[in-house]
Amino acid sequence: MKEKIEVNIQVPNQTRYLGLIGKIGEDMARALKRYQGDREELAYHINLVLTEAMANAIRHANEGDPEKEVHITIAIRDNSLSIRVFDQGQGFDICELPSPDFKGLNEHGRGVYIIRALMDHVSYRRMKGGHVLEMIKNLH
Amino acid sequence: MIVRIEEKGSSVLIEVKEERLDAHNSGEFKAQMLNLFEEGKNNLVVDLQEVRFVDSSGLGALVSGFKNASARNGNLKLCGLQPQVKSMFELTRLHRVFEIFPDAQEALSSF
Repeated sequence: MKEKIEVNIQVPNQTRYLGLIGKIGEDMARALKRYQGDREELAYHINLVLTEAMANAIRHANEGDPEKEVHITIAIRDNSLSIRVFDQGQGFDICELPSPDFKGLNEHGRGVYIIRALMDHVSYRRMKGGHVLEMIKNLH
Repeated sequence: MIVRIEEKGSSVLIEVKEERLDAHNSGEFKAQMLNLFEEGKNNLVVDLQEVRFVDSSGLGALVSGFKNASARNGNLKLCGLQPQVKSMFELTRLHRVFEIFPDAQEALSSF
C-alpha cells in the first residue's frame, strides 16, 4: 500500500512556535514506513529546514507582524516529502539570494544555504494573499 | 533562555541549558554575551552539551560572539557539541573558524 500522509498547521507569526513545528516534522520523518537512509539524520534535517523556512516567513516575508499567520503543510507521498510554508507578506524570494561567502564571518545568510543544501527541490511563488515556499526531499 | 555563567580564572564558561538554540532565543543569547564583553570578559567558552538543535540564527549568534571576542583580543571557543550540532558547523564551514573541544575543561585550559 502506498504511503500518503498530510498535515496542515497554522500558527501565529511568532518564533516561539519554531520548536513545535520542527518537532512535528521530525516525528513525521521518523515515522516513515520505507526509508532506507539514516532516519535520525533525515528527522534532524526536516526539523532544520522547517525552522529556517518559518523563521524567514516570520521575520522577512511577514515582517514580524504578530497579527499575521504562518501556514505550513507537510506531506508524504510515495517517495517524496514536501513542505510548504505560506506567508502573508510582500515576499522574500530565497531562490534569488546568493550563496553565502564562506570566508567572511557574516552573522546572517546561512539559512537559505542550509535549505538548498538539504532539500532536492526548492521554489518560491506568489499566490493569493502572499507567497509559498515549497521544499521537496526525495526519499529513495 | 537559560544559561549558566561561571567565571573560571580569566575565562568565562557559558553553559547553554536549552535543547534548541534557534531564531527564537539566539537574540537573547547574543545579548548575554554582549553583557560579558561590556564587563571586560573577553575569553569565553560556550558549552553546548545540552543543545540538541542549532539553526542558522544560533550559528549567527556564536559568530557574533566570536567576532566581538576577537575584536577585543579575546577568543570564543566551543565545547560539548552533539554529533548533529557538529554537522551544522561542518555544513556551513564554521568548524574552520571556531576552536572546538570535547569538554569544558579542555577548552578552558587552552587559554
